Amino acid sequence: MNIANPILIRTKSFFAEIGDMAFFAARFFREAFTSPFEFKELLRQCYNMGNRSFFLVGVTGFILGLVFTLQSRPTLMQFGAQSWMPSMVSISIVREIGPVIIALICAGRIGSGIGAELGSMRVTEQIDAMEVSGTNPFKYLVVTRIAATTLMLPLLIIMGDAVALFGSAIVENLKGEVSYMLYFNQVFNALSFSDIIPATIKSFFFGFAIGLVGCYKGYNCSTGTVGVGEASNAAVVYTSMLLFVIDFIAVFVTDIFIEV
Amino acid sequence: MDSAKNIKPVLELKNLHKSFGDNHVLKGFNLKLYDGENLVVMGKSGSGKSVMVKCLVGLLQPDSGSIKIKDQDITAMGQKELDVLRTEIGFLFQGSALYDSMTVRENLEFPLRRHKDKIQNFQDTETLVKEALENVGLANAIDLMPSELSGGMQRRVALARALILKPQIIMYDEPTTGLDPITAKEIIQLMRTIQLKYHTSSLIITHDVDCARVISNRMILLVDGINYAEGTFAELSNSKDPQIQAFFKN
Repeated sequence: MNIANPILIRTKSFFAEIGDMAFFAARFFREAFTSPFEFKELLRQCYNMGNRSFFLVGVTGFILGLVFTLQSRPTLMQFGAQSWMPSMVSISIVREIGPVIIALICAGRIGSGIGAELGSMRVTEQIDAMEVSGTNPFKYLVVTRIAATTLMLPLLIIMGDAVALFGSAIVENLKGEVSYMLYFNQVFNALSFSDIIPATIKSFFFGFAIGLVGCYKGYNCSTGTVGVGEASNAAVVYTSMLLFVIDFIAVFVTDIFIEV
Repeated sequence: MDSAKNIKPVLELKNLHKSFGDNHVLKGFNLKLYDGENLVVMGKSGSGKSVMVKCLVGLLQPDSGSIKIKDQDITAMGQKELDVLRTEIGFLFQGSALYDSMTVRENLEFPLRRHKDKIQNFQDTETLVKEALENVGLANAIDLMPSELSGGMQRRVALARALILKPQIIMYDEPTTGLDPITAKEIIQLMRTIQLKYHTSSLIITHDVDCARVISNRMILLVDGINYAEGTFAELSNSKDPQIQAFFKN
């Protein structure tokens, strides 16, 4: 009984947290589609998230394409299949590696930022001050941030994928003497809408998950600086886990509906 | 305040109860704030002063009791009605609660932009912001970030923000806490000046005896979740009751 109790308590609190988060998400949908709309703040958040993550996503994407191609080349060469490199790299990056890696990077960059920002606003009573001044803080702070991550992540992922393919093309050009024109011709021949569309839809869900968890953790932050740290940390940990769960479901659903 | 008792209060709390789990913080607290009055609520740390004032502005829901502001029961109000009523209330938070991602100007503009209808001439935002900052003696700080201000300056800017919609009631939650004695005196003086200039009714939550002496017209001592005693500063400070005396001893 003594051993079972802590496990029971943890299980209960885990499911209670999932329930709370579901209510939080439901409130987001309720408030997102009722006036007044905070368009100005939404644009500001989109600009902040896109602009501040642009360089990080670009560098990550470039190195991803570079390393992926360098590591795959020797194996493909053993089978004499190096001509398949552009197809293999493009399909892997667009379908899976690009969205997941960039979403994880953004979970660290954007999710933790949202958790820490809203957490410190909660602790220093800024959210209360907003409410007292007659502003709905959920609409102003939470709805705009979740909407911004949902809208911006697909754009960042598309940009990251493009840079990753460019990195891969550089390696192929230098090592395999493949022209950029030929490389990208092969890339576009290999890719179809059944690769791009599910990956893009998936990235909207990734963006939603990053915004939702970051906002949930920050908005419900306990008092004190420790609470802010915990909110920021938990935002990254929970989002990372959730991203893999969403990825699994997305791949599973894609597999059912799209014949490859 | 005998004459004041004949007129209607601008704010009235009746039999307010609030608990957090097993902790029964407010056990039937009552309060009336009259027009133009400075009412000080004093109590020990953790006695429920801040809980009471947060119930008053709708940040916390009381378990039972009624809260009437300008004859409207806020516990029965919808969100939109409450937001409109909140423009009649200024609130100074214990830690100033300035939006740290915004400049002083943006902090002051924030409530103005949310309630354009209350300010007839919205084009005049700049004038209103400058006037509010001049009232608190910080006209030069308009483009600074809150992190660039001292504690006292932050409290002044927070006061300017609380006043910018020209509210009829101002609530101060521990206005002098965390400030050095000189800055605390300046803030108290500023509160008096503002009350005289705008003819506001003020509810001041504090455990600072100096603040209470200077500013109060009337005082309520909050002990164990109820109104333990009520009267002017002179009446309470001369009381023989040891519980009351404990508040006034240095």
